[in-house]
Amino acid sequence: MKKRAIIPILYIIFLMLPVYWLVAMSFKTTQEILGGFSLFPQRWTLASYRTILTDPTWYWGYINSIIYVTLNTVISVTVALPAAYAFSRWRFLGDKHLFFWLLTNRMAPAAVFALPFFQLYSAIGLFDTHLAVALAHCLFNIPLAVWILEGFMRGVPKELDETAFVDGYSFPRFFARIFLPTIKSGVGVAAFFCFMFSWVELLLAKTLTAVYAKPIAATMTRTASSAGYELGLLAAAGTLTIIPGAIVIWFVRNYIAKGFALGRV
Amino acid sequence: MAKITLDGLRHSYMPDPKGPQDYALKSLDVEWQDGGAYALLGPSGCGKSTLLNIISGLLVPSQGRVLFDGRDVTALPPDRRNIAQVFQFPVIYDTMSVFDNLAFPLRNRGIEESRVTSRVHEIAEMLELTSMLKMRAANLSPDNKQKISMGRGLVREDVNVIMFDEPLTVIDPHLKWKLRSKLKELHQKVGVTMIYVTHDQTEALTFADQVVVMQEGEVVQIGTPVELFERPAHTFVGHFIGSPGMNVLPAELRDGAAWFAGHRIELEGPITPGEGRHEIGIRPEHVSLAEAGLPGRVRKVMDMGRYWIVEAIVEGSDKTRVAAMVQSDPTAVGDAVHLAFRPDQTRLYRDGRIATTRQGGNA
Amino acid sequence: MRKVNQKGWLFVLPVVILVAFNALVPMMTVVNYSVQETFGNNQFFWHGLGWFQDILRSERFHAALGRQVLFTVTILLIEVPLGIAIALAMPRKGFWVPVCLVTMALPMLIPWNVVGAMWNIFALPDIGLLGYFLNHVLGIDYNMTRDPVAAWITIIVMDVWHWTSLVVLLCYAGLVSIPDAYYQAARIDGASNWAVFRHIQLPKMKHVLTIAVLLRFMDSFNIYTEPFVLTGGGPGNSTTLLSIDLVKMALGQFDLGPAAAMSLIYFSITLLVSWLFYTLMTRHDTH
Repeated sequence: MKKRAIIPILYIIFLMLPVYWLVAMSFKTTQEILGGFSLFPQRWTLASYRTILTDPTWYWGYINSIIYVTLNTVISVTVALPAAYAFSRWRFLGDKHLFFWLLTNRMAPAAVFALPFFQLYSAIGLFDTHLAVALAHCLFNIPLAVWILEGFMRGVPKELDETAFVDGYSFPRFFARIFLPTIKSGVGVAAFFCFMFSWVELLLAKTLTAVYAKPIAATMTRTASSAGYELGLLAAAGTLTIIPGAIVIWFVRNYIAKGFALGRV
Repeated sequence: MAKITLDGLRHSYMPDPKGPQDYALKSLDVEWQDGGAYALLGPSGCGKSTLLNIISGLLVPSQGRVLFDGRDVTALPPDRRNIAQVFQFPVIYDTMSVFDNLAFPLRNRGIEESRVTSRVHEIAEMLELTSMLKMRAANLSPDNKQKISMGRGLVREDVNVIMFDEPLTVIDPHLKWKLRSKLKELHQKVGVTMIYVTHDQTEALTFADQVVVMQEGEVVQIGTPVELFERPAHTFVGHFIGSPGMNVLPAELRDGAAWFAGHRIELEGPITPGEGRHEIGIRPEHVSLAEAGLPGRVRKVMDMGRYWIVEAIVEGSDKTRVAAMVQSDPTAVGDAVHLAFRPDQTRLYRDGRIATTRQGGNA
Repeated sequence: MRKVNQKGWLFVLPVVILVAFNALVPMMTVVNYSVQETFGNNQFFWHGLGWFQDILRSERFHAALGRQVLFTVTILLIEVPLGIAIALAMPRKGFWVPVCLVTMALPMLIPWNVVGAMWNIFALPDIGLLGYFLNHVLGIDYNMTRDPVAAWITIIVMDVWHWTSLVVLLCYAGLVSIPDAYYQAARIDGASNWAVFRHIQLPKMKHVLTIAVLLRFMDSFNIYTEPFVLTGGGPGNSTTLLSIDLVKMALGQFDLGPAAAMSLIYFSITLLVSWLFYTLMTRHDTH
């Protein structure tokens, strides 16, 4: 092995240390955690996990998160597909400005929108629904999806479109049967990033929900502050939030590096 | 400048090669004379790029040695071999000007700036790049970029050899011809050994004094373009060089003579003794339609502009077509014709290799 | 060249509607608040640009902005060079590539409050792995709830932990797209490792590095959840970054007017810096 391999190895160790500690904590009893320092759990317990998986306020948090994240991913990618196609294939009035305006929304601090979002979604009666969070996350996920998909689509020669039209394909059939399969890795990457940013965001998700659609992340912060330090429970809940991300990332491992690199700057 | 000797080279990309099929290069012994212009010709995947990378030092061969003027350089890295290489796609340093690109190999070797400047101007003049010296290299057209790649090889006075790995791949057809003749001219001017790898016979034959033809990891013939054309030592060479390629006809040996489709065929000279699969080789240029000869029927006539290619099936053979190049009066498909072979250009091949000796000449 | 086709608008319409709904309506609300004064009971009075003047002059805003700039500059100065170095040292092919990519991307997929909570647990003085190690093995007095310096170092290390991988992945994507011939030519030209980096790898990474710096600037400038969960902005106000201050003002104190004015100033700074950087980086490009 080459000497320089030490750099990524050290980095990965650095990345894994806090994760290890979180996982280790989740298997410890409360007494052990508060009793002092121990590198490994002395008495393994699944108590924290049992609590989470049996208490509806906990496990509904997960279900809520997964519902709005999925909803958001589907909405974002679906509307971004035709838009990205238009940006990659045609010029039209104001296209460049529109593209830039879309990207500026990626720059908006979520904190700026927290209160107005609350008022807006309350006013239209969507407060505390999954749809509210899914729609709110469109603010930064749609621009991202358009950006990534546009990069992938620009890599597809436009002769593909022309050949299909000459062969008598209608536009919708061409798009569904020929174009989508061609850029399916791009769709995967875009969906991955939408999933990621919707899954990790908390501020808006917390602001827009109260009871029925409360995300797991919000459940965690409330537990941490109200019930004092139930560290074991917190650690177990945290550990469980890592799992969906890890699964998704495994599926797109060959594309993640490519995803951003193809975007237009 | 140096004489390059390849001594028993073999190379396999596999860690543990079993048989000859695992080798990208199967046993090579070649000598390249100092100052020669060589072409390495063969189809894709024949091992020519592997060979090139071994000479440049980017690859270390599994077996054998590379000698520069008798000095063993097999284990030396590229920068210590004093070689230059031009790649298929132009490699230029995007952020630098054309001048800095050309100066780069000299500056890396710590040559003093005044010498660098004069040398770069000299080479730029030769390559007709002088007017572009101040421009950013990234904005140039592919042919100019490729000239810069060549220039980086030429600026160094101490190079032993410059190697070209299919350098005209990305160049527009009408510029290919220009760049090729420029290259030939440069070779005559600077006299550095040049090795030009290509799968294009026109490029190889116009550039090189000596062409090395490779097939499946082996050298099948080394010779001047004329030799390769006139007397291919291997059916592969006959087939690969020339357009259309040499006719290769299945043959059998009987009574010390060669027979094709029941007809006795006269050859250029005596057959060397041996056993194997026999074929008769004759170029279409030496087949004519005549009053007498092998009777056949025309299957295809192609108008090539100044001549015609007539393909006929000889009576008694099942499907083998014989191509003839005729200057006038082509026949029509379906006509009965007679094909005459020029005996002194008709050869016998055994297992692909030539098996006749020329009358009064050497083998 | 792309064809002119105004039908394009039809294709982008759903995107425009959805994003505009989320961006324009709230933005109008913010603008509306920013020029009004309220004393509760939903009574609003015209206040002109008063809030903007107040915010721009207020020491609280200056302090938060100063902390924000310090934070963003620090993490950029650490994450970008570190990310480049790690990307350069990563294997280019083989079994370890997916392993590296997946483990490195993992921190980015953890919900932001979990990141904060995780680092909180990690850094607890007596029972956290990091806190225990520093206090009891190295003998450094480390407690981020009391010591502003410790709190700062912790949020910076946390951000480096969280986001350096983004720079790594982007640079790595740029590096693997360089054809082998470039490295071979450089070796033949006798280039040193530094020259290879300076003249081949860095120029080829410019595009992805631009994206990396832009994203890291935007996201670090807007950061809220992770430091809020980790330190709550404390001790004192020492880690109160712009977003934390804004939320405190808007939701904590319900000072809608000043908060709205601050939002707009905040957003304008992000936009302006991003635009400047983008223009600077793409100035030489001729597509």
